[in-house]
Amino acid sequence: MKLDKQSYQRLLEQKSPPSPLPLDCLKAFLFGGAICTVGEAVSNFWQWRGLETTDAAAATSITMVFLGALLTCLHLYEKLAKHAGAGTIVPITGFANSIVSPAMEFKSEGLVLGVGAKLFVIAGPVLAYGISASVIYGLVLMLLGGGGGA
Amino acid sequence: MIEHIGQRTLYLTGRPYLLSHASAVGKKEGEGPLGAYFDFVTEDDRMKQKSWELAESALQKTAIHLAIQKAGLHKGDLDVILAGDLLNQCTGSFLASVDSDTPYLGQYGACSTMAQGLALGGCLVEGGAARRLLAAASSHFCSAERQYRFPLAYGGQRTPTAQWTATAAGAAVLGAHGTGRIRLTHVLFGKMVELGVKDANNMGAAMAPAAYDTISALLSDLGAQPTDFDCIVTGDLGHVGADLLLTLLRTDGIDLSPVYSDCGSLLFGDEQDAHAGGSGCGCSAAVLCGPLLRDMQAGKIRRLVFAGTGAMMSPTSVQQGQPIAGICHAVVIERSDA
Repeated sequence: MKLDKQSYQRLLEQKSPPSPLPLDCLKAFLFGGAICTVGEAVSNFWQWRGLETTDAAAATSITMVFLGALLTCLHLYEKLAKHAGAGTIVPITGFANSIVSPAMEFKSEGLVLGVGAKLFVIAGPVLAYGISASVIYGLVLMLLGGGGGA
Repeated sequence: MIEHIGQRTLYLTGRPYLLSHASAVGKKEGEGPLGAYFDFVTEDDRMKQKSWELAESALQKTAIHLAIQKAGLHKGDLDVILAGDLLNQCTGSFLASVDSDTPYLGQYGACSTMAQGLALGGCLVEGGAARRLLAAASSHFCSAERQYRFPLAYGGQRTPTAQWTATAAGAAVLGAHGTGRIRLTHVLFGKMVELGVKDANNMGAAMAPAAYDTISALLSDLGAQPTDFDCIVTGDLGHVGADLLLTLLRTDGIDLSPVYSDCGSLLFGDEQDAHAGGSGCGCSAAVLCGPLLRDMQAGKIRRLVFAGTGAMMSPTSVQQGQPIAGICHAVVIERSDA
């Protein structure tokens, strides 16, 4: 049989099992929700300890990043993420995981060319475009005169 | 002498001997259904090394040493080592043989590397360029992940069609003279076949058309039916690729299923979370140099087609949007009673 790309593409779509999307979404919702609930509890804890709401929010971010990094170091975060998918990627703990995991992985290439150079290999695009977006947003806000700043 | 049969098959008239074979695998592979058939199963995938690349080379070195030992040879008795792996510049292989004091030819055929080494090695022995040589291949889950995908501790999800890179190595010694019963008879070098598959998480689908091309050509050149062989085994198409291969051959009226197996589908059990099955150079190398050749020695398999399959891609080619081509090299191995 002479194979052409179109008919092979149709065949392989038939034969390749798709990701179980509804189940993946449900698990992402439950795991992601659970992480956010923990975050809420941490936030309440800091407020109970006497921090103002804005300070408590910063302290909560710091705590969650620490927890994400700790679970990554203990090789527990990837086990959780296997089931949680986007539920562990989207919260700030996922951001910690995306920076700590390359730091651990590329330690064998040294502190400069390994850890230093590869630290942002996953989070880099998020930082680059996230910061760019906030700069553009800030400029727009300033030009429209809605900034309220200087 | 090498005779051309049909379009592409080479018949090695001197039928080089497979003097010995050995396999070394990681912990997960050792816990799989084939675990008892490997020569060496490590408890520590790091192999007491300071990097995963060194761990892979230590695993390959273990397989090489065991194969040399089993053949009753010593370091320096080999005319050449043909070895390869998945890492950039074949790091696992050159590190494994750097102190071998033996001529070395690095091989890259992605996951088809073991078949490529045996096919090329068979021709070198048959042509008189080497009296005895060793072919080896390896892969390591942890060294492959960091090169091709993500850091180990990164939390990501795999698709159902993704394959699990095996932590494994296999080595076999070929010789022009010997007393053994297992011999290499035919060789077919594969063509790259590319049908527009771009999903690096579905390499079985990228490789199946190449396996179809090679196996069809071999059967046609030899005028053989699948059942003329006791076993036709592909490298590591995994469950998805194996299904595609059987479907493609069925459209030509060829039913491979009675004699067909796939190393990637055999290596891991369903409960081992390997998704579509094993992959990596070490997968087919260890399954051939472990269970399959053991079965040949025991007389359970007398005529075997070993068709190693590889996906021709790199992180760079995939990022640049290039499709993944498949390749499949085949060797015929026979057990004689004389």
